[in-house]
Amino acid sequence: MQPFTTLTSTPAPMKVVNVDTDMIIPKQYLKTIKRTGLGTALFSEMRYKEDGSENPDFVLNQPAYRKAEILVAGDNFGCGSSREHAPWALLDFGIRCVISTSFADIFYNNCFKNGILPIKVTPEQLEMLFDDAERGSNATLTIDLEKQTIKGPDGGEISFEIDPFRKHCLLNGLDDIGLTMEKSSKIEAFEDKLKQRAWA
Amino acid sequence: MTASTGPRTLYDKIFDDHVIDRQEDGTCLLYIDRHLVHEVTSPQAFEGLRMTGRKVRSPEKTLAVVDHNIQTTDRSKGIQEEESRIQVEALAKNAKDFGVEYFNELDKRQGIVHIVGPEQGFTLPGTTIVCGDSHTSTHGAFGALAHGIGTSEVEHVLATQTLIQKKAKNMLVQVDGTPAPGVGAKDITLAIIGEIGTAGGTGSVIEYAGEAIRGLTMEGRMTVCNMSIEGGARAGMVAPDQKAFDYLQGRPKAPKGEAWDAAVRYWETLRSDEGAHFDRVVKLDAANLPPIVSWGTSPEDVISVLGAVPDPELIADEVKRASKKRALEYMGLTAGTRMTEIPLDVIWIGSCTNGRIEDLRTVAKIVEGKKIHDSLDYAMIVPGSGLVKQQAELEGLDKIFLAAGFEWREPGCSMCLGMNPDQLKPGQRAASTSNRNFEGRQGYRGRTHLVSPAMAAAAALTGHFVDVRQLG
Repeated sequence: MQPFTTLTSTPAPMKVVNVDTDMIIPKQYLKTIKRTGLGTALFSEMRYKEDGSENPDFVLNQPAYRKAEILVAGDNFGCGSSREHAPWALLDFGIRCVISTSFADIFYNNCFKNGILPIKVTPEQLEMLFDDAERGSNATLTIDLEKQTIKGPDGGEISFEIDPFRKHCLLNGLDDIGLTMEKSSKIEAFEDKLKQRAWA
Repeated sequence: MTASTGPRTLYDKIFDDHVIDRQEDGTCLLYIDRHLVHEVTSPQAFEGLRMTGRKVRSPEKTLAVVDHNIQTTDRSKGIQEEESRIQVEALAKNAKDFGVEYFNELDKRQGIVHIVGPEQGFTLPGTTIVCGDSHTSTHGAFGALAHGIGTSEVEHVLATQTLIQKKAKNMLVQVDGTPAPGVGAKDITLAIIGEIGTAGGTGSVIEYAGEAIRGLTMEGRMTVCNMSIEGGARAGMVAPDQKAFDYLQGRPKAPKGEAWDAAVRYWETLRSDEGAHFDRVVKLDAANLPPIVSWGTSPEDVISVLGAVPDPELIADEVKRASKKRALEYMGLTAGTRMTEIPLDVIWIGSCTNGRIEDLRTVAKIVEGKKIHDSLDYAMIVPGSGLVKQQAELEGLDKIFLAAGFEWREPGCSMCLGMNPDQLKPGQRAASTSNRNFEGRQGYRGRTHLVSPAMAAAAALTGHFVDVRQLG
């Protein structure tokens, strides 16, 4: 997994609440047996017209946001299905950070497994970030994970909270399975204890 | 953070009993007792194991079944659609290579993973259960801690039989009263989501309690727990009681003999202690609950069948107002339209929410000897598993459905998410017993109204929503 340290990018505003994972990546793209190549499918039902051409009104089709690596979105981003194809598609498109007032639990988890940083902010902070994002390519945000800050285009700074363990893994690009495997003696001890519960 | 002390909730107890390791910041390594696997969210996980030379740690605690992708018409000649077939074949190969038990598309025991688990007695009280599917919350009906995970976590569980977890908050949803005839589990769950909102349970595990929940059958409790995720909660659970034990006893994978007795003794301790702390308590009265219908593109967009489409202009928050206006536009509805005046094109009955035998019996009772309305494009019933289908046919329900004009299909997820050929066409409007009314969920530009099986059956006869309580 690619480590996440700092990121500077124009943020793309997506002023929609409850953006669900069906919206992020519709079902027809879930038939893949790979993790890569899903960037073109990201938000496809909003991003493309019925004839397959781009919908110019959609935020990521607008010149200022085509290369955005930060997405600023309405409350409860990533709700619905557990499909990890959603963060895979975001990552493949180039999005490495999503900012919202809240995230659905499974999506939030899935982001960290893929080197994407989801940041929770207050409703007032989100308003400010939407304003920044709507300025297009004239405005950039700088995310510093170590310091846990978002620096705005006018020098303003927002601090954000993040779980220390998740931060550590993200900063160092650590693989969860490798970390857990180091605890295999503890897992074995637990399994020994389990034998007393023959039914389980 | 240490293990819970003092009076504990049901969730606290099961969580504590599965903690292998606890870090200073509260991050825990949790043991996973049961892992369900399906074809859509697992290929990349098995590929990960191959690339790193890892094995499945406990194949006997893993059960694979195909459900999302497969057509619900004849499957004896294989899976028609190429991409779906590749995914199904990948699951078959992965199960074989890694020694995991697998129910293929022709197996009588095949079905939607969340219907198969309980049916086989694979789902047990007090266990931790995960699956790469958000509706894993269904299994919580038996007093299991069950929730959906992503594919990276599927790989983690396959390799280690554990999951890295932080303790969630405790939320109690207490539903009192006895609902009117015709009003049931689906109406209760839709009403709860309407009340707490689709992010209301985020970061929490919900315990459902109260007279109305106790009064539900296991099937009904599964419906309620199933849609916990639509209220934002990864897991929902009900304390196991005699109903749960009776449902499980004698199932193929349930413990037998002395092991069964020992299990029941432990399961009987699985209830929240008097005075246990809940971070949030929500109360609902089921006695006056009407049948509920969704009007928008989020499961929180619900209203009584006797109500009208709400006016988004009345919402103060700008982003929320814009989102709900977008929902009405997508749904092709105008504020103030009575729910009973909305004409329907399709009736779809099935899913892990409402594809069990009890749901089919409810539908059969309403449509027996009657015909589906002429104005409908079609009405389809998809049983949740091969065993549900077999039972329904044993009871002659299939004949009732076919005589009424329904299509009677092979088991699977089908139009609940439309990964197979069962999809709404653009503009088609469906009454659906599934769990999500998201944009495009049941087909590109398709329009979904979430309802109970009874309401779907009643709507099939009239071509629009009716108050099922008035059918007598």
